[in-house]
Amino acid sequence: MLARTAPHGPVVHAANAAAEGVGVRAGARVVDMHALCPHLRVFDADPQGDRQALDRLVMWARRWCPWSAADGETGLVLDTTGSDHLWGGEAAMLKAMKTDLAGIGLGARPALAPSRGAAWALARYGPEAAIVATQDDIFDALAPLPVEALRLDGETVLVLRRLGLKTIGALAEVPRLALARRFSGALSSLEAPLRRLDQAFGRRAEPVVSAAEPERFRALVRLAEPVVDVAPFLPGLADDLCARLGARGMGARRLTLMAFRVDGDVGVTAIAMSRPSRAPRHFARLFDGRLDGLDPGFGFDAIALEADRVEPLHAAQARFEGGEDGQIALGFLIDRLVARFGHEAVTRPGLRESHMPERAEFWAPALAGTANALEPVSAPERPLRLLTHPEEIGVVYSVPDGPPARFIWRRLDHRVVRYEGPERIAPEWWRERSNARLRDYYRIEDDQGRRYWLFREGLLGDGRGGPPRWFMHGLFP
Amino acid sequence: MNIKVLDHDSLQARLGVAEPHAPTAMLHEVFAESRDGAGLGFVFAMAGRKARAGRPILWVQERMALLEGGVPSVRGLAGWTVPDGLIRVRARNGTDLLWAMEEGLRCQNLSAVIGEIWGEAQALDFTATRRLAMRARANGVPAYLLRVAASPGLSAAGERWRIKALPSTVHPYNRKAPGDPRWALEMFRARWQRPGAWVGRYDRAAHRLDLSARAGDGAVADHQRNAARTG
Repeated sequence: MLARTAPHGPVVHAANAAAEGVGVRAGARVVDMHALCPHLRVFDADPQGDRQALDRLVMWARRWCPWSAADGETGLVLDTTGSDHLWGGEAAMLKAMKTDLAGIGLGARPALAPSRGAAWALARYGPEAAIVATQDDIFDALAPLPVEALRLDGETVLVLRRLGLKTIGALAEVPRLALARRFSGALSSLEAPLRRLDQAFGRRAEPVVSAAEPERFRALVRLAEPVVDVAPFLPGLADDLCARLGARGMGARRLTLMAFRVDGDVGVTAIAMSRPSRAPRHFARLFDGRLDGLDPGFGFDAIALEADRVEPLHAAQARFEGGEDGQIALGFLIDRLVARFGHEAVTRPGLRESHMPERAEFWAPALAGTANALEPVSAPERPLRLLTHPEEIGVVYSVPDGPPARFIWRRLDHRVVRYEGPERIAPEWWRERSNARLRDYYRIEDDQGRRYWLFREGLLGDGRGGPPRWFMHGLFP
Repeated sequence: MNIKVLDHDSLQARLGVAEPHAPTAMLHEVFAESRDGAGLGFVFAMAGRKARAGRPILWVQERMALLEGGVPSVRGLAGWTVPDGLIRVRARNGTDLLWAMEEGLRCQNLSAVIGEIWGEAQALDFTATRRLAMRARANGVPAYLLRVAASPGLSAAGERWRIKALPSTVHPYNRKAPGDPRWALEMFRARWQRPGAWVGRYDRAAHRLDLSARAGDGAVADHQRNAARTG
């Protein structure tokens, strides 16, 4: 069951079939429903996310016909005129819809009718996968359905029920004039059943407004003769794509280059950018090392450059006196480095709330944008270099308190001359296992003047493992 | 005689530039020991203070240097530079490192480009260093090539340094604790000034590098004497 907040506490937003079976209905208070069914599981509703998912589903449904729109919050309306034969008839098409939607985890009740109103009624109140082929059959199909199937609001339905008009058939037999008189004027807040009736029977036009497909930015070049090298065509494609992007005031964040081979295979390589851009020379340079990975086979006969992800980018003058804007140049540099070394290899530093030195800092991909501003911390001095993993050292000679007097790190002997510490860092019990041991950090200097950061893991007899071990964790300048 | 240095510009100003047409930015090659952090400290003492969030340092690290030396610590860098003003690139090998450094030197909005490479690299020959040096001069972005566990070969770097850790100064409050870091600095080859060797002391409170003449080798003292004579 999904819940949403209302002025007087949470109410039921939607419920699944099992919950509806025990009497949970939308709009009721969650506490009341808990009384009805104590083991009811409640989740928060996400109407905005649902809306976005439905919008995506509208585009997804274009696989069956080119004209689709969202209908309310839970429905899809498709204008399948002329496209059913592609699926082997109307019944086969409805079956395919149901199977495909089940494949992405959605239950569906498809229905098909000549008018939008009739299809709505049949999908929600009619028999499974109902098909009404012609205008004349609409009356027979709709007559037994309740008046709610006419998309009327609750108040109107109540009035109709009080009048004894419970089915669409009964309502349709009332003279038009009487209906028009009853549901107009003073009671105009009610929805006119006559209009809905006309829409359902197809006597009144009700067009489907289909959202335009998002524009795709793509530059394509078809070649008379297959080529092996794509590189010479790249500047032209980039120019073409940038002109298209510029006309719409957009900049690309992701580019995909597709090279279509003569034998039907497609070579694909993609790059991402740290900020939207439409600079053709920059685009061409980003693909510098990437084209070697395309296997030409017998040659490419078509090449396409597409901007998959675009963001608004308005023309702006960087500097009054001309010249390049520094931030843009920096963004270009990051793009080129990422294109060559990969997303994970180009990073910027970030800090995290933690006492453990290796957990307190992280390196985030630079492409994701600038990290949060880092304020200087007044912790005890930290080494300039941290080893990626602490390395265990062999203790040759140790004193009861303090760091080892002599130790071996990376096969060489070090004699400790001076030290400072310990700085005790207790394990973060809310993150780590219960047998994690504390660390005592020492800043030490050896007889050669080299400064290190050592720690002892655990204490003797702390009950979390054997004798404490020593590790090298960092190098001071 | 002591010289107080904040960054590379003031170092040059204090040492006195032998030739008037010396470039403002050049390639510095820094040879460091693998078992201490002195080389990194020196590079950040020279270049770190100029970094800003909008004008960062590009730090290119070769794979072996990363495995052996680890990563620069964000908290450890506080004071040496603005941690925000750092972009780190992981390069697979010497060729990639040089490519990334050259790309970085092409961008004028960086305050410095630092490349860290372990051992002798095939790709890092005279031609490669010459390319880096010319890019750095042309664009006015200083480049630092931090070479760990390497021996100097042919190079076109404007300055070549050898850095080694020395026992630190006496801690003001705790005689048993290490104090401010000190390094043995040797500029063994320089194109526009006189080579010399110094003892550098990094003042952690003021984040400043103080150079003093090494006993028995009076390059700084010589220079100061010359300056006094002519001035």
